[in-house]
Amino acid sequence: MTDTHAYDRTPEAEFGDYIALLKPRVMSLVVFTAFVGLWVAPVDIHPFVAFCSVLFIALGGGASGALNMWYDADIDAVMKRTQSRPIPSGRVQGGEALGVGLVLAGFAVMMLGLAANWFAAGFLAFTIFFYAVIYTMWLKRWTPQNIVIGGAAGAFPPMIGWACATGGISVESLLMFALIFFWTPPHFWALALFMKEDYHKAGVPMLTVTHGRETTRRHIFGYTLVLAPFAIWLGLTSVGGPIYMAVAVIANLLFIIGGWRVLRRSEDAAIADNYATERGVFKLSLYYLFAHFLALLIQSWVGGW
Amino acid sequence: MPMQTEHELHRRRRSRNVGLGLVLVAFVALVFALTVVKVRQGDLMEAYDHQPRVSVVPQEEVSQ
Repeated sequence: MTDTHAYDRTPEAEFGDYIALLKPRVMSLVVFTAFVGLWVAPVDIHPFVAFCSVLFIALGGGASGALNMWYDADIDAVMKRTQSRPIPSGRVQGGEALGVGLVLAGFAVMMLGLAANWFAAGFLAFTIFFYAVIYTMWLKRWTPQNIVIGGAAGAFPPMIGWACATGGISVESLLMFALIFFWTPPHFWALALFMKEDYHKAGVPMLTVTHGRETTRRHIFGYTLVLAPFAIWLGLTSVGGPIYMAVAVIANLLFIIGGWRVLRRSEDAAIADNYATERGVFKLSLYYLFAHFLALLIQSWVGGW
Repeated sequence: MPMQTEHELHRRRRSRNVGLGLVLVAFVALVFALTVVKVRQGDLMEAYDHQPRVSVVPQEEVSQ
């Protein structure tokens, strides 16, 4: 009876562990932005086809999450925030995550092609490739611009949603992309300022580690300035309108002021109040993105300009 | 009375089996519903069936 404890060494996962591989919280953002992109598009599609499209875009996002966890298991095991993920905690084997990721990616792309169109499906395939290969395998461990360029992966979903309805790309979908793309750096770097993680130990070249916290503060403020014109420009296109414009002006003013306050603070002051301003700006960035896409949704519902 | 004890492992294994079963049932229902929607919309359903048919031959050839 010496083999009775063999199970304890390679524990079998339960169903929830595979769900955790798909990064449900990231998926919720993908679902929301993809749905808005699809909804505001000028072409009406059947509600069930729209539902399926958003579902398969989300599944594709989940698949890239699983591939990310497979490849990054070594980093995740080092950092406290990610130590309890399914692979570093030993609940799921790395190979299983790879298999789940590849199979789900294939299913998501094929089903999106059948449900919506093959342009959107190709776009989804490219997004999965971009996140899993370009960002995870290459940029993340190589350059402090990792999250800037990798942010494109998170910015594609509303474009895919738009492509599901229209079968193409337009200035509106490109501006929705720009909105998320330029929002990502200040969002992540605000987090990096107060989550003093062991990026250094894990070998991830985050800007806070490679160029220092002062530079990171300057970059945060700079990106809030770059972001604002794109948010306003989106309001001048066919998907914009008075409601969106009002939200965009207020949210961008608040975000720029937040970025300015982060810039002006010294590290000592930040430590003294446990990064209250940085935490506030991070929280504001979440509301910022949510408010913009919600405003687009409402604007499309009541009619634009 | 069965002579076996329920290991915690069996609970996890069952959760996996039930979960996968539900996912498969949901997938079948989804494909069925999607098919119904697509057919009602009158989308092109004819695939190539290994021999030329009037509907899949280019128009010029038909008229010759």
